[in-house]
Amino acid sequence: MIQIPCPYCGLRNANEFASTGEVKPRPDVATATPAVWRAYLYDHRNPEGLVTEGWYHRAGCRKFLVVERHTQTNEIRSARPAGVAS
Amino acid sequence: MAEPAATFLAEAVHHQWTAFPELSNLCYVHGRPAGSPAATVTVPVRPERAELRVWEGIEMVKVGRAQVWRRTSGAAAPHRYSAASLVRHGLTHEPWPRVWRQVPLRPAYDAVIVGAGIHGLATAYHLAKDHGITKVAVVDRGYVGGGNSGRNTAIVRSNYLTPEGVRFYDRSVKLYEALSAELNFNVMFEQRGHLTLAHNDSSLRTMVWRAEVNKLVGVDSSVIGPEEIKRLVPYLDTSTETRYPILGALYHPPGGTIRHDAVNWGYARAADALGVEIHQGVEVLAISTTGDRVRGVVTSAGEIATPIVVNCTAGHASLLCDMVGVSTPVVTHPLQAAVTEPVKAFLSAVVVSGSLHVYVSQTDRGELVFGASTDPYASYSTRGSLEFTEELASHVLALMPGISKIRLLRQWAGLCDMTPDFSPIMGITPVEGFLLDVGWGTYGFKAGPASGEAMATLVATGKTPELIAAFDLARFAEGRLVGEKGAASVGH
Repeated sequence: MIQIPCPYCGLRNANEFASTGEVKPRPDVATATPAVWRAYLYDHRNPEGLVTEGWYHRAGCRKFLVVERHTQTNEIRSARPAGVAS
Repeated sequence: MAEPAATFLAEAVHHQWTAFPELSNLCYVHGRPAGSPAATVTVPVRPERAELRVWEGIEMVKVGRAQVWRRTSGAAAPHRYSAASLVRHGLTHEPWPRVWRQVPLRPAYDAVIVGAGIHGLATAYHLAKDHGITKVAVVDRGYVGGGNSGRNTAIVRSNYLTPEGVRFYDRSVKLYEALSAELNFNVMFEQRGHLTLAHNDSSLRTMVWRAEVNKLVGVDSSVIGPEEIKRLVPYLDTSTETRYPILGALYHPPGGTIRHDAVNWGYARAADALGVEIHQGVEVLAISTTGDRVRGVVTSAGEIATPIVVNCTAGHASLLCDMVGVSTPVVTHPLQAAVTEPVKAFLSAVVVSGSLHVYVSQTDRGELVFGASTDPYASYSTRGSLEFTEELASHVLALMPGISKIRLLRQWAGLCDMTPDFSPIMGITPVEGFLLDVGWGTYGFKAGPASGEAMATLVATGKTPELIAAFDLARFAEGRLVGEKGAASVGH
């Protein structure tokens, strides 16, 4: 069972959250071509190791978080509010 | 028998020690340099302690109670399973030969297939049988069928949503129907019927849609009502008083279950008999390329030169693609399954509920096998979780309240390479000679024979067969998705 240290609510079970996947920069709307959008939508790194990903605390504070997690061990290194620089 | 017994034993121990732990305790095997012949291994077992027995096509070394078998004659398996061979062995106590060889890795192959699961083995089998290409190595860092080919819930069906999907999976069902005879290995395919339950109007509408697409392609599917469901599966709660009342179901009579281990072993044995080499415990560390062409594979057992590498891995497909810089839309999610203690046979059909995220079937031993949707986050961990068990139990009991007293025996997880459209990725990549048979999400096992047949044709002819043309990697860049989510998963 994964537990996520929510900066607002403390250590909570992962099933209170929704994973929103890998955090990556959104293409510039003004210049992005369909190919760029498709790459943004579909191409994922999917590494076996540390990932920086988004989680949404839907059954808690309803805040979006940025979480560092290891995909082999599911160990969580850090969790901070989204939009706040680390 | 030219070799002294000790050398033979050394080779046997080196290749088969995992199967004979007793023997490996008696012997000490030096690590050998990668690629060197196994005969350089030294074993301090006195030859006089080892009893050697030789039959036609097979040898056995006995040390104490441990036995090591080795086939001696060529590539072809001398044995064909039949009632007569069973009686003969029963009467004479002749040894059964090992069903596939364990040979040292050669320096070059015509094709290297990564992953000794059903997809890799079926591809190798069809390469050898349909196209006569036998200088093929199937390498796996684990063992035959040790990944998702041995972790799935062994359900076979073809009642998909898109015409491309239905045609493809129907080919697989047809191949499965003839597989026992084809491989001379009983894979215990039982077409018991497959029911996908609808608990609300929108899922009933999808069932009707699927039934119509299926009929159009010639697959036997129809939508049936609660009375007919009750007749087929009397233990289902079809009352209208429940949280998720059963409004109808997509009934697919050709669907059923199969023994997945037998499919793996059958393919491995048949491919080996045709000359294909299966290398277990050999991990691919890198894939070497010249320009945009595959040149060879660096493995934990040495380097291999090959013009063709087929990625038949599941759970680690994107990691292998990373080695050659091919980007895939695959995200790996664990999927958990569980099995109960055995009970008397009461459930004939396979029952699936998308709304309740569960599917259940009863094995020949009487155990109930449950599967669920994938875990809701990407991970390479195969640990089980309590949330899964809790959710599974509540959903299964909503369907069949009568089984509340049955205990779970165990739960496990497999790794599913999910794609955005819930369809697989088969075919060529920008790197010449690097072929994909990946992204099999939660539907890889039932597709094994058809994908093996098609991938073998692609390897042999260089042309993508029409059956799998829609499932190419380029479809994501070109916006031609084959949306199967409504029929491929229970997690929606």
